[in-house]
Amino acid sequence: MSKLPKPKDLASSINYTPPREHWMDIKPEFRPGTYSYPAKPQLVEKMGFPNPHEWSPTDEDWHLPENWQEIVYNTFRDRLEKYRSLKVFMDICVRCGACADKCHYFIGSGDPKNMPVLRAELLRSIYRKDFTTFGKILGRFGGARKLTEDVIKEWFYYFYQCTECRRCSLFCPYGIDTAEITMMGREILHELGISINWVMEPIYNCFHVGNHIGIPPHTFKDIVDFMCDDIEEITGIRIEVPLNKKGAEVLFVTPSGDYFADPGTYTFMGYLMLFHEIGLDYTMSTYAAEGGNFGLFNSFEAMKRLNAKIYAEAKRLGVKWILGGECGHMWRVIHQYMDTMNGPADFLEVPRSPITGTVFHNAKSTKMVHICEFTADLIKHGAIKLDPSRNDDLIVTHHDSCNPSRAMGLLEEPRYILKHVCNHFYEMPEQTIREQTFCCGSGAGLNNDEFMEMRMRGGLPRANAVKYVHDKYGVNTLTCICAIDRAALPTLMDYWVPGVRVAGIHELVANALVMKGEKERETNLRGEPLPGKEG
Amino acid sequence: MSAVYSLIIVLALVLVAVVGAGGGGLHALFGVVIPYVAFVVFLAGFIYRVINWAKSPVPFRIPTTAGQQESLKWIKQNKLDNPSTTWGVIGRMVLEILFFRSLFRNTKMQLKVNGGPSLSYGSSKFLWVGAIVFHYCFFIILLRHGRFFTDPVPGCIEWLDKLDSILQIGVPNIYITEFLIVGALLYLFLRRVCDSKLRYISLPADYFPLFLIMAIVITGILMRYFIRTDIVAAKDLIMGLVTLHPKVPETLGTIFYVHVFLVSILMAYFPWSKLMHAGGIFLSPTRNLANNNRMKRHINPWNYPVKLHTYEEWEDEFRDVLKEAGIPVEKE
Ligand code: SF4
Ligand code: SF4
Repeated sequence: MSKLPKPKDLASSINYTPPREHWMDIKPEFRPGTYSYPAKPQLVEKMGFPNPHEWSPTDEDWHLPENWQEIVYNTFRDRLEKYRSLKVFMDICVRCGACADKCHYFIGSGDPKNMPVLRAELLRSIYRKDFTTFGKILGRFGGARKLTEDVIKEWFYYFYQCTECRRCSLFCPYGIDTAEITMMGREILHELGISINWVMEPIYNCFHVGNHIGIPPHTFKDIVDFMCDDIEEITGIRIEVPLNKKGAEVLFVTPSGDYFADPGTYTFMGYLMLFHEIGLDYTMSTYAAEGGNFGLFNSFEAMKRLNAKIYAEAKRLGVKWILGGECGHMWRVIHQYMDTMNGPADFLEVPRSPITGTVFHNAKSTKMVHICEFTADLIKHGAIKLDPSRNDDLIVTHHDSCNPSRAMGLLEEPRYILKHVCNHFYEMPEQTIREQTFCCGSGAGLNNDEFMEMRMRGGLPRANAVKYVHDKYGVNTLTCICAIDRAALPTLMDYWVPGVRVAGIHELVANALVMKGEKERETNLRGEPLPGKEG
Repeated sequence: MSAVYSLIIVLALVLVAVVGAGGGGLHALFGVVIPYVAFVVFLAGFIYRVINWAKSPVPFRIPTTAGQQESLKWIKQNKLDNPSTTWGVIGRMVLEILFFRSLFRNTKMQLKVNGGPSLSYGSSKFLWVGAIVFHYCFFIILLRHGRFFTDPVPGCIEWLDKLDSILQIGVPNIYITEFLIVGALLYLFLRRVCDSKLRYISLPADYFPLFLIMAIVITGILMRYFIRTDIVAAKDLIMGLVTLHPKVPETLGTIFYVHVFLVSILMAYFPWSKLMHAGGIFLSPTRNLANNNRMKRHINPWNYPVKLHTYEEWEDEFRDVLKEAGIPVEKE
């Protein structure tokens, strides 16, 4: 791993003046800290994915398959025929530049190829050459260029420097979504056997074991038991967590990040406490133990293969509907892809809260409800008792995760919950929240250690907005509804805004939750003394 | 460099018309044949492009949501920026197409580094204003030209003409749109060359339409205020084209043919260029779809079965540890 520059040095290295040379003449420099390690060929092979082979980004020769040009051409053509989005987006960009300074990676790196428009041109230039007459004739003059191995290297570099956050698409007058282009770029690379291990290993684990981390079922149970011990210590209440229970009403699915590491584990404990308190008849599955879906960051096929487990398991267990935990890209997949890919879910019922009787009409086809929708409804109906003063030591701001914001619109639900579980809440500046939210800088499979410098660069806009409310209101807690955020933001905060902790919404919910028969609580879920109970 | 090349091409095109129609006197070619061909290319090309786009399916419903979703009854949905119904989508598209809604959101990022980095995002409406002025002026000017294409001229065009020339300064009346469009074009050009980021991403194909349209506007202005043109003859020629009985009046000067030639080039160029954003915006899947994903199943016509790791296969692998951990299994 590379040495991470100091925040000050990193900030002063950002230069927005483009180089003198034409971008087509500049090759990417595979500097440690700015690229992710390649997928292990054994894993690619075990998944049955095309062209597994050894290669390294820093090598001259990437050992591409012999007919790589043909593969690129055919894949590209195939995707153009399959996705209107790609075809239209290839054709209609006017290079107005409205998207240019909207990308967190451009803001944090100044690299012109991180402007969404230029990221798209990396692919578009080949499109022009191979699929348009003008491009064929005019060449570079018409914005076209020949496909070479250097182009492949450049694609790899920059399509794995995009978190598919869609902030650019919000500002584009035609809705051109560079995330969509990145996804197609990654699909093409995938066909050549080029992908990153931080995406491939979770895919493999999720497919074979049941979750990204590769936690086998018995270990999963151990972890849950362990958390129940903690909960008992804090609340005096022993919680049972049903696993693979047939005939439960609800299947609960959450990203594995929630039960793998702090601070996600506190959020997970929060879910368990809430379900216990309301007496929800639910089960978790150790087969479909993953809400997240790293397949999304590799190819349509990988995404579908992983996602299929959720409906399959819901069917096997005979549940009525599915509840999903706090996660960003998981909800992109569930909201925008699941029903289409693996539906129809006609074996399930329209979700109805057994506590409040609320029918979730907005999920009547997919039959999957977001936990923030579920909890907000509970609070609205007064179905749970809350003591927000238990969170009085927290001065809170909320990070909207990219996908629930720009691929769903889940904006008010988490805020409504927050306003009932804590007393000090402040918004970050308007241009950095809700639909305009900035990415954590580590999404789309880029949350790996070797990519740290770019993560800190890409996370700068988010961190800087946190710093603003940290300085102004003393904010010390950043809430989020995403497992990748919970893994990535603590590092980002330590780097740019030390003194701010990261928490899931349901951690705060559980802190405030007054449970029937609980003992007087002395500590919060993290084992720290509650306000007023110090010393 | 891109800008210079494009300028040279446009100047060359002007020269072609000057030499051809002026010196060579090829009035029939420049006044009849080329406009006809250009119009056919425009129409056929436009339709071809749209059909070609439409031939590719929309496998997933992927709207970019820009506001609160429809969820619980008591949470107010943002029905225009995050529509969940067809009417909502129509509303969103109207805002996009008529008022450039997304561009209106534009901000300008600024980074100050002294004493720790500090980012700010100011609202930046210049591009929006420039784009609105340009497109609306272009549209009004196009409509105004309707008086050359109709006989009798419909009232609404007369009315538009009057409105556009409401500032009666001198004779002939001055059209407001002519000045505004020149200003907007200049702005769009200058921001491209002055902003280093934009200059870096700009292709010749980005400058070319600007220069071409500028040349069209200039020749138009010249004809109206400086080089007297026989308007009756112009209308004669155009009506001839419209009624498919082309005739070539003798009294039209070179400038008229230059104007018509440049317009012809624009028409013929349109379908094969980025100008097709005019058609593409209607087909953009991040804008023209309702965010009712979990309410209504979207069908992917090419959805295909994939290799799965079934529960049975999985249980076979983990049965022992499952049983040991007391987790229920299907097969004992
Ligand atoms: S905002 Fe859209 S049209 Fe403008 S440069 Fe970016 S992608 Fe192209
Ligand atoms: S999707 Fe996000 S990361 Fe990718 S280009 Fe757009 S703004 Fe940048």
